[in-house]
Amino acid sequence: MDVFLQQLVNGLILGSIYAIVALGYTMVYGIIGLINFAHGDIVMVGALVAWTVCTALAGSAVPAPLILLAAAGAAMVVCMTLGVSIERVAYRPLRRAPRLAPLITAIGMSILLQYSAALIWSKQYLALPAILQPTMYTVAGATVTDLQVFIFLLACALMAALAWFIKRTRIGKAMRATEQNRDVAGLMGIDVNRIIAFTFLVGSGLAAIAGLMVILYYGIGHYFMGFMLGLKAFTAAVLGGIGKVNGAMLGGMLLGVVEALASGYIGDLTGGWLGSNYRDVFAFLVLVLVLVLRPSGLIGGPVSERA
Amino acid sequence: MTVLAGNHPGLKRLAFTGVAVALAVLPFLVDATLGRTWVRIVDVALLYVMLALGLNIVVGFAGLLDLGYIAFFAVGAYSYALLASPQFDIHASFLVLLPLGAFLAAVFGVLLGAPTLRLRGDYLAIVTLGFGEIIRIFLNNLNRPVNITNGPLGITLIDPISLGGISLSKTYALGPLTFSPVHSYYYVFLLCALASIVISVRLEDSRIGRAWIAIREDEQAAKAMGINTRDVKLLAFAMGATFGGVAGGLFASFQGFISPESFTLLDSIMVLCMVVLGGMGNVGGVVLGAALLTALPEALRYVGPLQQAWFGQVLVDPSDLRMLMFGLALVLMMLFRPAGLWPSKIRKRELATAAE
Repeated sequence: MDVFLQQLVNGLILGSIYAIVALGYTMVYGIIGLINFAHGDIVMVGALVAWTVCTALAGSAVPAPLILLAAAGAAMVVCMTLGVSIERVAYRPLRRAPRLAPLITAIGMSILLQYSAALIWSKQYLALPAILQPTMYTVAGATVTDLQVFIFLLACALMAALAWFIKRTRIGKAMRATEQNRDVAGLMGIDVNRIIAFTFLVGSGLAAIAGLMVILYYGIGHYFMGFMLGLKAFTAAVLGGIGKVNGAMLGGMLLGVVEALASGYIGDLTGGWLGSNYRDVFAFLVLVLVLVLRPSGLIGGPVSERA
Repeated sequence: MTVLAGNHPGLKRLAFTGVAVALAVLPFLVDATLGRTWVRIVDVALLYVMLALGLNIVVGFAGLLDLGYIAFFAVGAYSYALLASPQFDIHASFLVLLPLGAFLAAVFGVLLGAPTLRLRGDYLAIVTLGFGEIIRIFLNNLNRPVNITNGPLGITLIDPISLGGISLSKTYALGPLTFSPVHSYYYVFLLCALASIVISVRLEDSRIGRAWIAIREDEQAAKAMGINTRDVKLLAFAMGATFGGVAGGLFASFQGFISPESFTLLDSIMVLCMVVLGGMGNVGGVVLGAALLTALPEALRYVGPLQQAWFGQVLVDPSDLRMLMFGLALVLMMLFRPAGLWPSKIRKRELATAAE
């Protein structure tokens, strides 16, 4: 029982990070039908910018919450600029091209971001100085830190805010209209380019926060950290139903919990044959199974076939 | 091949002989001018030609986007390595192992293809990516509790290709020429690469090739015209995988060492880029793409000493620079020449109409 609760807690934290990243994938896919492979690497950039700010301010008299705020601010500015510029330079010219072209461009962007980061931050593992001393609580046999609670609550707040924003505001409505039919939305007087740029802006801002969460949670950054995280978050988006914002939230949480439980139990279930070193397999198994059995995801109607 | 233009039969024969002679002396020419390392690079380029041609069948001909292609290369390489190394102390002949690797890869191709037939485009790309990663993770972890793949350490001391008393790992002298292993392997690889080219060209104009292109252009219409899309697609996966499997076996014997590190998503992407960069669906373009993408990054190695000479220190690690340029090249290529350097005629037309 202890294992179950503990893994559930870990899974929910992991899941809330996945969900935040998955939102970026799903919004971009929904609006321009592109798997933005570079999104995971934008999270990485956010994490490393946050690391830089934290490291620079760690020894000073600045109080911890202010450091975090500064880190979040810097990460958001950098990531948002990056996301919008990438869309403008690399994706916009290819909007009407056959689907393979933007996909390969996105892969190219991902590689470009990774190795630019390797140049700026080196290829070392970057350890975050101890800014926070998380307090541990024991709840029904499971250990929870206040940092974990903070990450979870922040993720929930962001998701709620985003859901409200898309449902209620003018620009949110314009986003949904553009998603439905870009051409008609344009005819109705929506500036489609602005809406798409805005989508990238929001997605990249969320990615920056996710990057901060990751670096705070694991305490270690690396130029390649966005890759696996991105793939898993994408899996989460697919699991929920790609293009659906609430799907990404559900998918993220679910994938986090599945992964945590599976890596916690796989040793016992297989009698020690398979260990937790297989944890990365679960995300991909989920991905393959969902796509093969129910390509539209858990929520979301039938999708039109995309060539 | 249309590459050798000119309708005059004599001219054609002359050109053909010229190319044949050039290919025959190429390793010695390269050895004399650029050095032994570059002969090795030429060998690797030939392997990539095979891989790219295999992927071209899946992506270029049939239009099925595969982001996990390197898995078939891995299947071929590991089946060769496991059965021709001290790992299990089995030392089977390559005459058995290459076909076996090809067969196993084809089986994997069908296993991957069968459940994913309904999917198209992006979704297929993602599923194949998932499969590729799953296979890599297993290769990385199948060293416990029973040691099969030796995990991240990989398999060493893989037997070289040998037949009768002749082993390609030894150096032979033939008159004034010395055949070191890289030279001998060159001719084996060249033979296989040429066979791949011939098969690809012949396939393209065959019934099956036309069926693939029909499916790529419009699956519904192809189905309506009586093409059994399921079987034909599976065949594309199997054939593409077969090329990968053979190349994998050759790679294992050539290197003498393999580890899961050689079979990452990046390698899949690399092969895909060769196909796209050269010109998808066009055999000549794919060969060009493979050759260019193997050689150009290697040329960047010289940037290290150059930096040392200019700035007194190495500012940018050449291998990082290589990846940076690679990423940049992908983006620029797609922006300015999405059809590739040497596009097939159909593809060119398609892109022209798509861009309007």
